[in-house]
Amino acid sequence: MKQTKTFYFVPYSIWLLLFVVAPLMLILYQSFFDIQGNFTFANYATYFQSGTYLTMTFNSIFYAFLITLFTLLISYPTAYLLVRTKHKQLWLLLIILPTWINLLLKAYAFIGIFSMNGTVNDFLSFTGIGRQQILFTDMSFLLVASYIEIPFMILPIYNALEEMNPSYLKASNDLGANSWETFRRVIFPLSLNGVKSGVQAVFIPSLSLFMLTRLIGGNRVITLGTAIEQHFLVTENWGMGSTIGVILIIAMFLMMLVTGEKKKKGAVHKK
Amino acid sequence: MPENPIITFENVKKQYEEDVVLKNINLKLERGKFYTLLGPSGCGKTTILNLIAGFTEVTEGTVTINGEKVNDVPPNKRTVNTVFQDYALFPHMNVFENIAFGLRIKKMDTKTIEEKVASVLKMMRLSGYENRAISEMSGGQRQRVAIARALVNEPDVLLLDEPLSALDLKLRTDMQYELRELQQRLGITFVFVTHDQEEALAMSDEIFVMKDGKIVQSGTPVDIYDEPINRYVADFIGESNIVEATMIQDYEISFVGRTFECVDAGIAANERVEVVIRPEDLVLTTPEKGKLTVKVDTQLFRGVHYEIIGYDSEGNEWMVHSTKKATVGEMVGLFFNPEDIHVMRIGETEKEFDARLESYEEE
Repeated sequence: MKQTKTFYFVPYSIWLLLFVVAPLMLILYQSFFDIQGNFTFANYATYFQSGTYLTMTFNSIFYAFLITLFTLLISYPTAYLLVRTKHKQLWLLLIILPTWINLLLKAYAFIGIFSMNGTVNDFLSFTGIGRQQILFTDMSFLLVASYIEIPFMILPIYNALEEMNPSYLKASNDLGANSWETFRRVIFPLSLNGVKSGVQAVFIPSLSLFMLTRLIGGNRVITLGTAIEQHFLVTENWGMGSTIGVILIIAMFLMMLVTGEKKKKGAVHKK
Repeated sequence: MPENPIITFENVKKQYEEDVVLKNINLKLERGKFYTLLGPSGCGKTTILNLIAGFTEVTEGTVTINGEKVNDVPPNKRTVNTVFQDYALFPHMNVFENIAFGLRIKKMDTKTIEEKVASVLKMMRLSGYENRAISEMSGGQRQRVAIARALVNEPDVLLLDEPLSALDLKLRTDMQYELRELQQRLGITFVFVTHDQEEALAMSDEIFVMKDGKIVQSGTPVDIYDEPINRYVADFIGESNIVEATMIQDYEISFVGRTFECVDAGIAANERVEVVIRPEDLVLTTPEKGKLTVKVDTQLFRGVHYEIIGYDSEGNEWMVHSTKKATVGEMVGLFFNPEDIHVMRIGETEKEFDARLESYEEE
C-alpha cells in the first residue's frame, strides 16, 4: 500500500527535480562565475555596490506594489459584487477568458489602442482634446500590467467570499452591526486569505515583468526582469543575470513568508 | 389573552414567489415564557423565527415587538438575538471577541465590555476560555458560546433555531435542562424552534405545533400531549394508537366493536371520530380482564420498557409500552381508564376544540 503511494509521486518528483530544483541550482551556480568563467563573488558585490541595480530593484518593487494596489482596488469590489450576482459562472468566465490569450498578443493589442493613431487618440482628437502621448508612459504600463493581473486577483478573493458561511452575515446583523460594520468586522477579515493569495499571485510575477516594460512602458522603467533579459540575451553576462535572478527568488520567498497563511488562531485578547 | 404581549403576529402571511410559507399566522407571546415552535422541516417554523429576528419581511400582516410595529425594522435595530443552528461563531475571533461583538458595535467602553463578557462567561460556565479559538472548542462549548454571545446583549427575546440538533444525545439532554433553567433564571422570553417533540415537551411553557404554514394547535406540553386536536398532532407528539370510533352519546364511545366510557362530550351522537390512546396508558393484563384483546405480534426491548405491537380482531395495530414482558403469538388483554381515551373530531379547528372543552367542563 505504502509502496504504491510513493510510486504515484514519482512522475511529479521527477518533474520537480528537472524543472524546478535543477534550474534553481543552475541559477545559483551561475551567479558565482564572472563573464570569463572564473569563480567569484564579484557579481553580488557589484549588485549591492551599484546605484543602478539598487534603483532598478527599488523600481521593480515600487511598480509591482503599484500594480498590486491597483488590481486589489479594482478586484475586491468586483469579486464582492460577483458573489452577489445572478449569473456568477458566466461573469466569472468572462473574467477568466482574457487569461487564455497570449500575453504578447494582448500587449500588441494595447499598442494598437494606445498608439498615436490608435483608438483612444482617434477619440480624443474627435472630441477636440487632441492627440496625447499615451503609449510609452508609466501610466500606460501600470494600466496594462494591472489589466493583465486582475483575473489572478479576482479569483482567490471571489473564492474566499463565495465560501463564506452566509449565517456569519446574519449573525453580525443580528448582533447589531449594520452593513458597513459587518463588512469591516466580518466579511473583510474572513476574506483576507483570498486577498493574500491574490497579492502573491500578482506581486511576485509583477516583480519580474519585462516584456510589458518595453512594449508598453517603452523601457522608461527598467525593472529587474528587463535587466535579467538583457544580461542573458544582449551582454551575455550570465553570471550577473543569475545573480539578479537569485535576488528576485529570495525576494519572492520573503513575500510568500510575509503574506503566507499562518496557522489559524483566534486573535489573542489584549487586556 | 396576555395584557402586555412582547411579540404579536397579526394575520401574518409569507410568500416566496408562488410558494406560500405561512398562512395567516396569529400569535401573542408573553414576557418571560419559554415558547417552542414544533413541526417537521418545511412547516414554516424557522420562517416565523426569521420574521421575529428581521431576516425576512412579511408579505401581509403585522409583527410587533414591545407593542411597536417592526415590519420595516432591520435586524440590527431589533431587541432580539438569535442562536443559530450552526452557531455562526466568527472563526477569525476568539471566544472573548465573539461574545464582545455586539457590545463593541454598541461602542461600550472596554471596562464594561470586559465585565459583561466575564459575567456571561461565568453564567455559561466558560470562564477561562476567553482566549480560545472557536476551532479549539467542542460542539457543546460552541453552543454555549453562541448562547453567551446572544445573551450578553440583554435581548428582550432570545430566538433559538434548532440549536441542539448537532449535539449528541447525552449533551442534548443536559442542554435541555440548562436552557430551561437559564430561561427561568433570566426571565427572558425564549422562542425555540425544533422538530424534536421530546425537546419541546421537556422545556416549553407553551408549544405551537405547526403544519404546512399553519399553527395546528397551541398549548402547554401537557395539554398538547393529553388532548391532541387531530391525528397529525397526536402522531407528531409521541407514539400513539389511533383508531376510528363512533360517538354514542356524551361520555360514551364505541370502537373495535365495543362501547367504552370516556370523558368527552359535546359531540353529536353517531358522529365519526378518531380515538387516541397512548402506548404507556395501556396496561397488559389477562384476556378476561382486558377491555380489548390483542394478539402479540412483535416485542422490542427499549431499555426503559418493552415496546409490544399487537393486532386486535379488526386488524388495528396497538402499541403498548410495558415494563412486563409478553409472549409473542399469545393473546393478551389491554386495560385502560376512561380518561386515557382522547377523542378527536375530524377537521375540528383549535378554536372549536377549545370552545367545546369549555362548554362541558364548566357544567
